[in-house]
Order: sequence, then C-alpha cells, then structure tokens
Amino acid sequence: MGKTDIKHAIEQINEQGSKAFVPYIMAGDPSIEELKDQLIFLQESGATVIELGIPFSDPAADGPVIQEAGKRALKNGASLHKVLEALTSLKDVLTVPIVLMTYINPMYKYGLNKVFTDIEQAGVSGLIIPDLPYEQNSLISQYISQTDLALIQLVTLTSPESRIKTLAEASEGFLYAVSVTGTTGERANISDKLENFIKRLKNYSSVPVLAGFGISTPEQVKEISSFSDGVIVGSKIVDLQFKKQQKDIEKLIHAAVK
Amino acid sequence: MTTYTQPDLNGQFGQFGGRFVPETLMQSVIDLEQAYRDAKEDPDFQKELNHYLKDYVGRETPLYYAENLTKKIGGSKIYLKREDLNHTGAHKINNTIGQALLAVKMGKRKIVAETGAGQHGVATATVCALLNLECVIFMGKEDIRRQELNVFRMELLGAKVESVSQGSGTLKDAVNEAMRYWVANVEDTHYIIGSVLGPHPFPEMVRDFQSVIGTETKKQIIEKEGRLPDEIIACIGGGSNAIGMFYPFINESDVKLTGVEAAGSGVHTNKHAATLTAGEVGILHGSMMYLLQNEDGQIQEAHSISAGLDYPGVGPEHSYLHEIKRVKYESITDDEALEALQLLSKTEGIIPALESAHAVSEAVKKAKNGSAEDIIVICLSGRGDKDVNTVKAALEDEK
Repeated sequence: MGKTDIKHAIEQINEQGSKAFVPYIMAGDPSIEELKDQLIFLQESGATVIELGIPFSDPAADGPVIQEAGKRALKNGASLHKVLEALTSLKDVLTVPIVLMTYINPMYKYGLNKVFTDIEQAGVSGLIIPDLPYEQNSLISQYISQTDLALIQLVTLTSPESRIKTLAEASEGFLYAVSVTGTTGERANISDKLENFIKRLKNYSSVPVLAGFGISTPEQVKEISSFSDGVIVGSKIVDLQFKKQQKDIEKLIHAAVK
Repeated sequence: MTTYTQPDLNGQFGQFGGRFVPETLMQSVIDLEQAYRDAKEDPDFQKELNHYLKDYVGRETPLYYAENLTKKIGGSKIYLKREDLNHTGAHKINNTIGQALLAVKMGKRKIVAETGAGQHGVATATVCALLNLECVIFMGKEDIRRQELNVFRMELLGAKVESVSQGSGTLKDAVNEAMRYWVANVEDTHYIIGSVLGPHPFPEMVRDFQSVIGTETKKQIIEKEGRLPDEIIACIGGGSNAIGMFYPFINESDVKLTGVEAAGSGVHTNKHAATLTAGEVGILHGSMMYLLQNEDGQIQEAHSISAGLDYPGVGPEHSYLHEIKRVKYESITDDEALEALQLLSKTEGIIPALESAHAVSEAVKKAKNGSAEDIIVICLSGRGDKDVNTVKAALEDEK
C-alpha cells in the first residue's frame, strides 16, 4: 500500500461515475478492540479511503465532537503504538487504503527515524498532519521519503493563490481542500466560495481534490461532490458511530458512492 | 561568545521554535511577521509605543536596592527590578500594549487571548479598553473558579470571558481554544499570546516587547553601581519576563543568567512545572520546545501553587538557551516560594507575586553564598495582591 493506492482508489471510483467518500473515525473510540469491526463496516459500506485519527491530548485543529472522541480514546488507553499493532493484524482483511490523521507530537515522541517505516509496515498508505504546514515538512522529509507513504496537504480558503499552487502541486494521494475557515465540525452552511475554490485547485493538482470540514448531511455530500472528486466526513461519522447509527453512516456514504 | 542572532529566518532558535500551525493560520502568521518587521522599523510606531509605555504603563520601573533583604541575608547585594509597579501589576502589559498597537496597524480590531490566572487576560482587556478593540478571553473552567476576581476585572474592562471546559480546563486548554477561535476568525482577529510561545514570530515579538525590562535594568545598574551585575534571576512559566530581562544581557558573558522554574511539590513527584529540568523535546501550540509529556507524546498537566508558572511547556528560546548552556535553569518548590514571599513582604514591605517569589527564593540561596561585592538582580515580575487568597489558604493548611 502507498501513495498510488490512494490516488487509484479515488480515480477508479470516479471512473465508475461515483465520487469518493472518505469517512474519518477516531482510533480507540470507544476501544482498540472495536477498531476491526469499525473499519470492516466502513469498507463494506463502500468507503473509498478511510481516515483514521490518532488521539492527542491537545487537538487544536479539531472541533468539539472529535475532541471528545479523542478524550474517550485516550481514557481507554489508545496510543500510536497500539493503533499500529491493531492495523498490522488487520492487513489481510483491509483492502481500502488507510490514511492516518495525527498531530506531529505523538510521531515525534515515537521517533521520527522509525515512525514512518512502522506506519508503512502496518499497512497504512498516507498521512495527514494538521499541525505540520508545508514549510515545516523539512522536519520529516528525510524520513518519510524512505517510505511510499503519501503526505497529504491541506489547503484552505485563507491561503493566497501562490500558496494554493505550491500546496496543490506538493500533495500526494489526494489534496485536502478545507471547506470552512475554522476547526473540524458540522456546519449548517458551507461557503459559496467553495465551488470556485475547488475548481482552482483542480487546475493545479495532479492528484484528486477532496473537500472536508463541516460536511454533515447526505445533501451536502451530494452538492459538494458534484464539483469535487469526493468528500471527507469526520465529526458527523464520529458522532453517528458513537450513537451506533450505522444506517445513517451508510446513507452518507451512498450519497457519494453509488 | 559570538554575537547572538536568534531566531533564524525560519523562526527557529537552533532546532526549537518554528511554525507548527494549521494551514488556515499560515498566511496570517506570515502577514503578522511582515507587519511586525515593518513596525519595528517605523519611527511613528515606536514613538506611539514609547508614549504608552511611559504615560500609561508607568515606565521606566525602578531598579530598587533591597537593603533590608541584603542585610538580613548577609551576602550579595540584591536589587529588584520593579515590574510589579507597572499598570495592572505585572510585566504582561509591556507585551499586550505592543501587540494591540500592532493589531490596530494591521487593521484588526478584534482581539483574542488566553489566560491562566488572569494576569495576561487583565493586561489584554486593559489595552483593548484603551484602544477600543473588541476582546474575547479564553480561560479554563477550573481557573475561572480559582480566580473569580480577575474574571470580574476583565468583564469590568469590557472583555468577554469564555469558559473552557475541554481537557483539564486549565491554561493549556485555554490556549487550544484561543487557537481554535483564531482559526475560525483569523480574517479580522489578532491573537495576543501572553508569553514567548506559539508559532513564529510570536516568541521573537513577545521577547522584543518585553526586552524593555532588561534594557532599562542595564542602564540603571550602571548608573547605580557603575558596572553590570554578577547574576540576574527571573522566574519561568512560558518565560516572557525572564527572556525580556535576559535578552539585553545575552552577549555579556560575565553576567550569569538564571531562570527559575516551578518545582511544585518537587521535581521527583508528578506535580510540578519544571519543564527544562524534567521535560523532553516536543511540539505544542505552534512551536518545538521542551514539554512535560508521557511516553506516547501526550501532554501532561503542570502543577504549581503559582498559576502563572503552571504550563507544561517553556518558550523555544529558553529551550535553546538551556541547550547551549547560556542560561542555567533551576527550580523552586511551592513551599520555598511561599517562604520567600513572606520574607520579602516582611523585610521590604513588598508582597511579590507567587511567580516572582520563585525568583526571590533562588536569589536568597545564591546571595547567602555571595559576598558584599557581588550584585544580584531579581526580576520582580508582578505584585502579589492577586495571590493573597492562595497564600492565606496555603499557610492555614500548614498550621
């Protein structure tokens, strides 16, 4: 598994006339033991790629729902080590590419010289590091370059054009278009600027462009995936997972994936 | 040593510092850096800043020879840099006035800030009232309970105080929440960080605004003693009063610089805030620095009787000065700080803040071993009025 698997999974679904759907769940919420069933459920429900969060004590880029999920996961003993252990044991059953979303400090503490190879060996295809902006990539580049892991860049509505171009060109796997100015979490209204923004990104990017942050209803999924290559849904999935409303998760996925 | 020129162009002090923030904030911190560089070179900005420092804050603050304390200890001569005499009672306003003027220059009329005990919150609310800026202060739920009066002061000054119940409801959670607010409102809001923390250019900018402490001290001690001091001692939470005091002396290799962390119940217990003494390198709140963290890289809670030192990280420049051994970092326990607070109150009639009492305690230890020719300067970062309830409760507990 690696960079190209993510890109191919999205392109393949797009070729079939569907859009990509990337659900986010917090690893270890409610427990590491349940991770296997959670991942297999998402895989069987048609997720294109799965984004798996690593809990962190100080998730400054996340809204209240993911903060609470992280807190529950930490309380139940989740850690990067344990998540990688669990993923390693699931390598044979998971066919959907997995992307880890983790703040930089747990990886730094794990040891930059071994964390990327361990993540790759656990079957993970890519990484999203919300507090590692493009300029700080030099901290990890010599280590991550020894693996085939995709480093997915986030690009936001506040980024100026020259920056947007740089980030879009640098992103691997897919480009993560942050659809609202703020933290993760559900929003009633998504900015009108978004459609235009995604179109600009598609001009620069050689990988698919997915939109995320604030997407919470099947209607929003339909609307936003009409002008993007797919969507990422985090807080809403975490919330539904917590409430055990699997049917509603399927509805969200099927709004993009036919 | 060679001339000190930190940070580098990437905002790094050696390996420390940098800009570890979400992409949404990147353009804003890049713009802030440019605005700060322009302001630094702008005589009108400097003139305005100096005007407020003099006539509003009350600078310069005295460098006071603590003769009674000196005689009582019977060793080195002890001077106090009286930052407690600033408007609002601490050094915090040196930074908030500078950043608020910068925000106005950038056309941002909304301010967000975090506060632990409330000192930085009060200093921020004060300058926002002065300059007619909208002000939101994030404060941990637990801290709001402990510092009811400061919450009222901020509200009286026109600020909105938001309670933070996430995490442990203390300072680091208030920083997280202030950053989240900034991410969502970055287009019209400036974040006034209260210490030498956060992404570049904050650690450099806050240091520069606080350097007025050391610059004045240098001039004053030469006037009084005709020479530089042998040692300068300051307390460290995030480290803003200490860096402001130390920075103008960094190239003076004969001046010993000592930072004092909070050892809480002791550095060998799990209740302390001695980040440089017992922490490890990591990344939090936009910067690489020493942190209190567990084996999985989760940030640990800090503990100190002094709310202003109760932070699990320490500014990137202090992390660097520790690594190159230019500053020596010591730690003082809650009990030692309480003792020093009472000593200074009784000998000099000055009730220091609990934070500053850590520096006083370390200075007393050093002065005992010194001679009458040695000179020690303490940065008395704030006054102790805000702490009297805490001190009263702690002393009653001891009985």
